Amino acid sequence: MRTPFISVQGLKKSFPEPNGKGALTVFEDVWFGVEKGEFACIIGHSGCGKSTILNVLAGLDEATDGVIVVNNQHVMGPSLDRAVIFQGHALMPWLTALGNVELAVSSRHKEWTKAQVRDHAMRYLDLVHLTGSENKKPQQLSGGMKQRVGIARALSLEPQILLMDEPFSALDALTRGSLQDEVISIRAKTRQTTFMITHDVDEAMLLADKILLMTNGPNASVAEIVENTLPKDRSRIDLHKHPNYYPLRNHLIDFLVTRSKELRGVAPVGSEARRNPPIVRPALGGTTHAVAAAHQEQTREADGAALPPGRVSAA
Amino acid sequence: MATRSWASTNVKASLVSVIILALFLTGWHLAVGGTGPTTKMDPEYAKLMGITATQGKSAMPGPMDVAAKLWEHLRDPFYDRGTNDKGLGIQLAYSVARVALGYLLAVLVAIPVGFLIGMSPLMSRALDPFIQILKPISPLAWMPLALYTIKDSGISAIFVIFICSLWPMLLNTAFGVSSVRREWINVAKTLELGPARTAFRVILPAAAPTIFTGMRISIGIAWLVIVAAEMLVGGTGIGYFVWNEWNNLSITNVIIAILTIGVVGMILDQGMARLQRMVAYAD
Repeated sequence: MRTPFISVQGLKKSFPEPNGKGALTVFEDVWFGVEKGEFACIIGHSGCGKSTILNVLAGLDEATDGVIVVNNQHVMGPSLDRAVIFQGHALMPWLTALGNVELAVSSRHKEWTKAQVRDHAMRYLDLVHLTGSENKKPQQLSGGMKQRVGIARALSLEPQILLMDEPFSALDALTRGSLQDEVISIRAKTRQTTFMITHDVDEAMLLADKILLMTNGPNASVAEIVENTLPKDRSRIDLHKHPNYYPLRNHLIDFLVTRSKELRGVAPVGSEARRNPPIVRPALGGTTHAVAAAHQEQTREADGAALPPGRVSAA
Repeated sequence: MATRSWASTNVKASLVSVIILALFLTGWHLAVGGTGPTTKMDPEYAKLMGITATQGKSAMPGPMDVAAKLWEHLRDPFYDRGTNDKGLGIQLAYSVARVALGYLLAVLVAIPVGFLIGMSPLMSRALDPFIQILKPISPLAWMPLALYTIKDSGISAIFVIFICSLWPMLLNTAFGVSSVRREWINVAKTLELGPARTAFRVILPAAAPTIFTGMRISIGIAWLVIVAAEMLVGGTGIGYFVWNEWNNLSITNVIIAILTIGVVGMILDQGMARLQRMVAYAD
């Protein structure tokens, strides 16, 4: 069987108990894949280990068991090809907005001259509409602008994968909305493979092609993979008018409220349901369940003509 | 409105400062002033007893005496009339030079070692017992050992400054480095900055305000200690000057020395405060 672009295989994380006896397993036997150009989103309650999965994928944390394969290579540590947008912007406060992006660019392209680094950084600050604020320090920028710098820093690396750890959760609703629009428009240009963690069901429905649902921790796992049944060119304004909006939303809310608890440990470790979590397509007139293997063939065909990820087409 | 009330507070504070100074100087002047001829005595005997007995005047100089002497010193700060008679400027220059040397040596040791301790939990624990024992030792307790091993009183004084400036810088550097935010380190990792660039581009600027706080504490302690050290080793320096003038029973010069030590200490501290502000960042 063909491996997807990002392939998470039997991932497990456990911590030794403070008393030294036994171990607390946060999640185990987690399997899923993300295709090139796909936007995958993971939803689950606090404590199910979503952030740990993202950190292992980023190379910042190590799994107790299992592997992650990206582009046919084992993830062994951090890489410039997997850029992270952190929850708290994580900008260096002693550098300007431009300085923060330049730090990333100069690390990616060590051979570039100062002018080249600057031009490249400015191009990405312009992409997130921050031209004019490039010489401001982070404390002079609003929360939304800081996160824009964080996005510019990650995108300036032109990574294969963009990892977002609840990137907008610290922002107010209006700012969050405008940044989500930003992400949509950037993705329309770059077809960037993206993996995001969120708590926000509406955010997942707006941005993601595929939503991974995790059961509650400890011993959490991926219970279901929900395919977004809303049209590809959706926007915040007319999203809720689509007939599939409520079936999809209800399915996700229902999972978070009741099923995430009930499904914990239902699929035993090592079972087929762990390796190939059921794929669900909630839509008006009834939810359809698909077979995982068939789905993978389908996405491969669909993504055959995708743009190379991580490149901004003609800025 | 806000600026006006701020300015007026500043003006008021200055006014109060001036009043306090005036009251102090007046009190001082009155306290040491004579009460006039006290008892009638034989002129020969009175000459022997001096003004303390005959005029009721204190041996303590008044503010006018100190001001006159200070003016004399300021007019010619760099004269050199032999071992025990050098200008105030020369003495201060010796002290400042010793502090600068000992302090710079301490910076060269404390910042790299502090970095190591801050970065490595292993080294932190391994070096902790030594630091815990060495830190509370009064720097002057090292003096005999320094004199015996180094066999040079000037260098011994520099060593004492070195050892007393070391600890605050070492501990603050280690603390600053170890408490650099996890997320900045994570950014450095995901950007594949490498150890050297992470150290200089991320950890050093992040820890700089804490390191400079340590450096400011150190320069303060070094200036406190140099006076005592120079009293012990003798020869030159403002500490030696104080002790020499005490032996000369020149209380005026002792007071002038005290005042100068305070002013120079303040300049050193404010200089460090300025550097501290340069590396500070708001978060």
